Amino acid sequence: MALAKPYADIPGTIVFDAEMARRGYHLNQFCMSLMKAENRERFKAGERAYLDEWPMSEEQKQAVLARDYNRMLALGGNIYFLSKIFSSDGKSFQYAAATMTGMTQEAYAEMMLRGGRSPEGVRYKGETADG
Amino acid sequence: MARITAGVGTSHVPLIGRAIDTGATEEPYWKPLFDGYVFSRRWIAEHTPDVVILVYNDHASAFSLEIIPTFAIGCAETFQPADEGFGARPVPVVKGAPELAWHVAQSVIQDDFDLTIINKMDVDHGLTVPLSLMFGQPAEWPCRVIPLAVNVVVYPPPSGRRCYALGRALRRAVESFDEDLDVQIWGTGGMSHQLQGPRAGLINREWDEHFLDGLTRDPQGLAEIPHVEYVRETGSEGIEMVMWLTMRGALDEQVTEVHRHYHVPASNTAVGHIILENRR
Repeated sequence: MALAKPYADIPGTIVFDAEMARRGYHLNQFCMSLMKAENRERFKAGERAYLDEWPMSEEQKQAVLARDYNRMLALGGNIYFLSKIFSSDGKSFQYAAATMTGMTQEAYAEMMLRGGRSPEGVRYKGETADG
Repeated sequence: MARITAGVGTSHVPLIGRAIDTGATEEPYWKPLFDGYVFSRRWIAEHTPDVVILVYNDHASAFSLEIIPTFAIGCAETFQPADEGFGARPVPVVKGAPELAWHVAQSVIQDDFDLTIINKMDVDHGLTVPLSLMFGQPAEWPCRVIPLAVNVVVYPPPSGRRCYALGRALRRAVESFDEDLDVQIWGTGGMSHQLQGPRAGLINREWDEHFLDGLTRDPQGLAEIPHVEYVRETGSEGIEMVMWLTMRGALDEQVTEVHRHYHVPASNTAVGHIILENRR
């Protein structure tokens, strides 16, 4: 019997559960390798060649090359692991979060200063037209 | 005998560490956050414990996906600040309390909590930012620290109920240690935040304040909150708050709230902070 996923009805959120951890194992371990300066240098010198050293899916590699964080999440990436990629790029958590929401970094930062995103309308899928 | 005298809850956002390390705490963005810790610095100076059991989570620093312990206790003599990809934080080495830590491990495992024992581990911002918030920038940390790492990265983390019960077991363990030690327990992480996906930036002040209220008055009620409520109401990373329940579980049933602070934002996160004292 499949395990219950009571969080599946939360919009705009991928819970890093057993299924995602299994799917994203090599993607996340690739990210982990970027903790070492020498690996960061090799990655920057030739991203595609470095990625080809990992048994990741082509889709996962393309998502990394495109820095498409929502896609990486959907393919089993975990945000704390993915942070090694944007840290290597010299980008902040707030930059990455903004790109995942489709907002500009300025608009996102402004939203946070105003108290953040309200939970109203984003607790359940289908609560609002765009939820 | 050793005894637990107080509990501290605080968020552990990495950018807070950077603000401290780069001397930015008086800047307009950061000042309101750090103003809430002025009382805490005075309080901890008057109530410096011998040992802090520091409940926190690792963020893909010490633990990759190769090994994922649900609860892990650090029994080493020392713990180095982790290089999280841009150099280690310029903070002192964390000195452990191996004798008490091993005692706690043996006691708690016999109390049905199957802790993983860790003798070599670097500690990331989850552990060092709370130390910096409470102690500032000393040349050496003024107390010893037992890291207690909880998996909240790979779902499912332990339940709130389990975290609370672990706190109670930790208390029994500490109280059966012969040496006369003043021990505090800190719970870190949270409060509401979501770092990923189109819903990133979620903050739920009302829920967070309800949680802070409940820590003093109704911790057993909080312990029954299911994971899905944390995720739905406080964001995917808000689930870190289960770690505060381990802190609360180790305290008396009746506690005195001596300080509370809440501030939005620190980067993507709502920062919460509370100090609870046992009344004895």
